[in-house]
Amino acid sequence: MSQALVIVAHGSHLNPDSSTPTFAHADTIRESGAFDEVREAFWKEEPSFREVLRTVEATEVFVVPLFISEGYFTEQVIPRELRLEGWNVADWDSDGTSADHATLEARDVGKTVHYCGPVGTHDSMADVIIQRAQSVTDDPAVGSGFGLAVVGHGTERNANSAKAIHYHANCIREQGRFDEVQALFMDESPEVDDVTDHFESDDVVVVPLFVADGFHTQEDIPADMGLTDETGTYSVPGTVDGTRIWYSGAVGTEPLLADVILERANDAGADIESAIERVKELTGGVVTA
Amino acid sequence: MTNTQVVTLREAASDEGGVSFDGLVVTRDDNSGTYTVTTPEASHGPLETDELMAVAKSNAAYVTNWYYWTQSDLTEDEWAFLRWLERAAENDVRDRYEALDNGIERAWGEISVTTTISETGQRQYSLCNVADREHTALNEHTDPLDARQIAKYDDDGHYRPLKTAPTLQTGWQFTDLTGTEVLQTIDFIYPATVQNWYLERQDELDISHWRETAERQTGIYDIIDELDPEAVEWLATACCVDSQCLKRRQWDESEDSPLDVPRGDGAFPCREPCSLVIAAARKWTRLEREETREYTFELTPSEKAQIEDLIDAVSDGRTDDIREADMKDGANRYRARYLRAKRFDENGQLCGVTTDATDPDS
Repeated sequence: MSQALVIVAHGSHLNPDSSTPTFAHADTIRESGAFDEVREAFWKEEPSFREVLRTVEATEVFVVPLFISEGYFTEQVIPRELRLEGWNVADWDSDGTSADHATLEARDVGKTVHYCGPVGTHDSMADVIIQRAQSVTDDPAVGSGFGLAVVGHGTERNANSAKAIHYHANCIREQGRFDEVQALFMDESPEVDDVTDHFESDDVVVVPLFVADGFHTQEDIPADMGLTDETGTYSVPGTVDGTRIWYSGAVGTEPLLADVILERANDAGADIESAIERVKELTGGVVTA
Repeated sequence: MTNTQVVTLREAASDEGGVSFDGLVVTRDDNSGTYTVTTPEASHGPLETDELMAVAKSNAAYVTNWYYWTQSDLTEDEWAFLRWLERAAENDVRDRYEALDNGIERAWGEISVTTTISETGQRQYSLCNVADREHTALNEHTDPLDARQIAKYDDDGHYRPLKTAPTLQTGWQFTDLTGTEVLQTIDFIYPATVQNWYLERQDELDISHWRETAERQTGIYDIIDELDPEAVEWLATACCVDSQCLKRRQWDESEDSPLDVPRGDGAFPCREPCSLVIAAARKWTRLEREETREYTFELTPSEKAQIEDLIDAVSDGRTDDIREADMKDGANRYRARYLRAKRFDENGQLCGVTTDATDPDS
C-alpha cells in the first residue's frame, strides 16, 4: 500500500525563508525514497493544512508537525484543520513532551492519518542540537571546555513550550559532554539576555530551538545577548562580556532534522527502516538502526 | 507505436468487454479467436492475430491514444486534468493528434501549458508564464521541485505569500515533463487547484463559507466572526477579486447569503477564505470596533481629490507606474511630497488635526 508523508509547518505571510527548512528536509526525504509521496503544508502558506491531504494520492498518510513543542498548534489547530475525526489530545497520552502518534481518519478525504508528535519533542532532537554545536564550531568533538545554551521562545501561555527546551537540555546535560548546559528563553526566565551570567565557561554554544531563521533567531536573540554590533550583524564566534559566544542560528535548518521527521513517522508505523539509514548517510547522522 | 502497445491492446481486447475508448473499439470473438477493430472511420474484421497487428499499425493514433490514457496510474482528478489540457472532450482522436503535433496550449491561471506528443503517443508537457508564450530566451527547468522557488517571488523579487496572486514571475519554462511531472509542477505553483477544480466538476466541492470559517477560528483569530456582512463584502472586494487573486470565489457569507462581489473568472475555484484573508480579517475586526468621529480639515478641492487619487493608486498597485514628472497625477511622488509639506504638521498629522486615541492593539 502506498504511503505519503506530509510535513506540516507554520510558514509565514511575511518571511520567505520561513518555509526553507521544511522544503529542504522534504527534499532529503524525497531523495531517500522512503515514501511514495512527500508534501509540505503550512498554516500561513499553501498548500494549507485544509487542502494538503487532497493533494496526495496515498490513502495512508503520516503527518509530522515541524513544530518545536506540543501546544496550541499541534493539539488544536493542525488536527482541526486536517479534519481529523474524533481527535482528542488525550490520544497522545502525553506529559507535554512525550506525544507519539495517533491514528485517525481525515473527514473530507477519507484517508487514514497517522498524526505524529512534533519533531521538537522527539528524543533524537538532542542529537540534532549537538550536531548543530558541532557544525557551528566546526569541531566534531566539541564539548569539553564549552557551555551549551538551548534557547526557546518560551511563553507564559503554554507550559509545554518551555518543557521541550528543559527536556533536551536535561538529556544533553546527563550525557556529560559539555561542561555546562542551560535552558534559556526569550520571553520568560531564565532569559537569554543574561546568557553570560549563566555560564562559567569561556566558550558557549548557543542553539535556538526554532524551526526557521527569521526575526527571532537573526535579530532578536543576537541583540538580546548583546552579540550584534551597530550594523545589526554578529560574528561567529562573537564576544560578550569576555565570553566567546558560538551562535548557531535556528536548529531547524540543521540537515539532521530530516532524520527526526523520519523517526517520527517510523515510530508511527511507517515502513521506512532502510530509508532511515540512507537519510542518515545524507545528513551526517549516525546509523543507529 | 511499440510492440508492447499492440500486445497490451490484444490482451485487453480479450478481456471481458474488450476495448472501447475515444472511438476505438476492439473485441475478440472467443469462438473463432479473431478480432474486430472499429474506429469512427472504418470497421475491420474478423482479423487473425497478425492481421490485428497490421490494422493496429495503420490506426496508430487510436492505439497509442488508448494506451496513454488507459495504461497509466493517474488518479481520477489527474487524468481528467490532463485530458482537459489537450481538449479531449472537444476533439476526436484524429483532430487532436493533428493539433498535438503543433502543440495544444491551455492557460491555468498565469501558467501556459502546452501538450505535445511523441511518435509512440507519449504526451510531453511544457510550461511557462502566459506572458512568455512568445518568448524564447527563457531559463529552462526540468525538475518540478524548482517550481517552488519560482512561485515564491514576483518579478521584482518580492515575496508572494499568496500563490494565486496574479504576480507569477516570468522568464522560466519547464520542458519535456511527463504527466505526473506537470501535475507536480502545477501543484507547487498553484497548490490543490487541480483537485478542487475536479471536485467542482464532479459537483463535490466542499465549500466552507465565511461564517462557518470565521466561527471555526481560535486563538488570535477567534474574533473575526464579529465582522458584519457588510464588512465581509468590503473584505472580498479588497482581497478576493480577479485583480488580486486568480481563484474564483465560491464561498459566500453563508450558503444562504451570497456576497454581491463578483466571484471572478478564474479557472479554478476558491473553496474557503484563505489564511491571508483570515489574517486581514483580524485586522479589520479590530479596526471596525472603533466608532467614527467628526474631524474638520481645510483642503482645497484639488487636495481632497488628490487624497482620493492617492488611495486609488495604492489600492490598484499602480504607484510604481506613475511617471516621475507626471504632475497631472495626484499620486505622483512630488505631488504627494508637496501636499505633505503643506498640510502635515511636525507630527505627521493632516492639517494639524489631532487623531483621537486608537485601540493600542489595533
